Amino acid sequence: MDEEYDVIVLGTGLKECILSGLLSVDGLKVLHMDRNDYYGGESTSLNLIQLWKKFRGNDKPPAHLGSSRDYNVDMVPKFMMANGTLVRVLIHTDVTKYLYFKAVDGSYVFNKGKVHKVPATDMEALKSPLMGIFEKRRARKFFIYVQDYDEKDPKTHEGMDLTRVSTRALIAKYGLDDNTVDFIGHALALHRDDRYLDEPALDTVKRMKLYAESLARFQGGSPYIYPLYGLGELPQAFARLSAVYGGTYMLNKPECKVEYDDEGKVCGVTSEGETARCKKVVCDPSYLPNKVRKIGKVARAIAIMSHPIPNTNDSHSVQIILPQKQLGRKSDMYVFCCSYSHNVAPKGKFIAFVSTEAETDHPESELKPGIDLLGLVDEIFFDIYDRYEPVNEPSLDNCFISTSYDATTHFESTVSDVLNMYTMITGKVLDLSVDLSAASAAEE
Amino acid sequence: MGTGKTSLVLRFVKGQFFHHQEATIGAAFFTQILSVSEATVKFDIWDTAGQERYHSLAPMYYRGAAAAIVVYDISTMDTFARAKKWVQELQKQGEEDAVMTLNFQFILRNPKLVMALVGNKSDLDSKREVQVEEGEEFAQENGMLFMETSAKTAENVNELFYEIAKKLATASPPNPSGVTLNHEETQERRGKLFCCIG
Repeated sequence: MDEEYDVIVLGTGLKECILSGLLSVDGLKVLHMDRNDYYGGESTSLNLIQLWKKFRGNDKPPAHLGSSRDYNVDMVPKFMMANGTLVRVLIHTDVTKYLYFKAVDGSYVFNKGKVHKVPATDMEALKSPLMGIFEKRRARKFFIYVQDYDEKDPKTHEGMDLTRVSTRALIAKYGLDDNTVDFIGHALALHRDDRYLDEPALDTVKRMKLYAESLARFQGGSPYIYPLYGLGELPQAFARLSAVYGGTYMLNKPECKVEYDDEGKVCGVTSEGETARCKKVVCDPSYLPNKVRKIGKVARAIAIMSHPIPNTNDSHSVQIILPQKQLGRKSDMYVFCCSYSHNVAPKGKFIAFVSTEAETDHPESELKPGIDLLGLVDEIFFDIYDRYEPVNEPSLDNCFISTSYDATTHFESTVSDVLNMYTMITGKVLDLSVDLSAASAAEE
Repeated sequence: MGTGKTSLVLRFVKGQFFHHQEATIGAAFFTQILSVSEATVKFDIWDTAGQERYHSLAPMYYRGAAAAIVVYDISTMDTFARAKKWVQELQKQGEEDAVMTLNFQFILRNPKLVMALVGNKSDLDSKREVQVEEGEEFAQENGMLFMETSAKTAENVNELFYEIAKKLATASPPNPSGVTLNHEETQERRGKLFCCIG
């Protein structure tokens, strides 16, 4: 440990592990440490005993739940867009060979008190009660516009500059009602709140295209995929990439104190009396608490169940979006469920998560609309965690701090933070123009 | 200088040997297909890439693993002691359900897991510190395959993987039911392997 490194990475959360991998591949000498004795930090997956220790203060989960090690309960539940940037990063780095994925069965949306499938095929769209027949025709015209829209080909723009026209103005052109707009904005474009309506429409159009392309990729009932054994596999896989390219790994390192020189620039990290020297430090907010500020909090419920979520066509993996307007809230609520079919629970068991950006200090009551959809639960845990973002100036101190994981259902914002950090650290932009057709070869 | 894990794998997969093989960099995932009379086995071989050095091997190494090879260097007693310690630690952790730091118990509870103990660098017989019998005895006590190999001269390298393939072919390893994102699925029986101990 008593050596000089180009970069010391603290914390083995997904963001830190992706960066560690990318930097090692670039030829930088990386030391990666974690104060915990497991990989994944905040984005780890816990087994049953770890889960009981964290939420119940004991290590004695009831025997009827089955073997502890059959559980991989995500601490930051998310799905991966099949055509999203995380998949691009996985293919770009060839990390996909360490992982196995399965498509997620279904995507649903909460509308007027009921759960509806987000149509995945033309047939489903035709039958869906989400819109009336005339509204469907109007919506179809809009979808065709989005599908044909090509940023580089002005002919497809129909005279509109989407970097200027607001989403509200674009949608108004098609005369869609509020209910449809809500559906498009939250269930397809996956916006968390309604700010997008007054922002340039290009972002929403791109998000809708991503949704459609992801849906087409695996011909599943949703645009999502999810790794076998849970999301905790992702940081491990990127850590492995880093190690393969010479990265040094040390878990269970207490303290990890960041040291500075006279100019306030980082110069090393001390743990257990030894100091490793370095030029740069990359870490999650918990390692440099005096250089971050609180930006919000996430409320979350984790339930263990013995049945799929009712009204989801017995889906063994599913997402339900509860748009804020449907609940009278400021931000959306997400229900997320996976099961033994993705090897995150023993046979017959399901893990469901309800999460949202917390608006009160009472997760139990705040999450009620989502929890009500679950039916009977075997066990349920509640949690609120704070989210932080860095406030330092990395060009002055050479500390590169990630932002806490948000409540979104997928990894697009996670990867965009990572890519920005990568550019700040290296001065380079990561070229992710990978051959996505390689991924489609994996259809089951 | 390591025990020669990467050299062993390179000898098996590519028939190559480098006198100054660098500490594992750049390629720690190898694929090789081997036919034995019972079946065709496709090895996905995971080299530990140095993560074993500070006991920071990730649990994903063991998930679905069908076989494990623990390697020591016959010319250095210290590496044999570490190999023994590693095997014992695996077994100890296997008994203690409460110790869940690393999922060692996952592989040990998999009764079909094939484990092999390998004394590498058999070409350095003149500098031998670990006797053949010591390795044999320890392997036998722990229900492991045993072989002395030389990645340098290729002695017993193919034989080692052939023996593992034979065992795997009869044991039918657990197959992950998911798909990788850029991996054409093959019909061969798959055997994920990992090599450990430096």
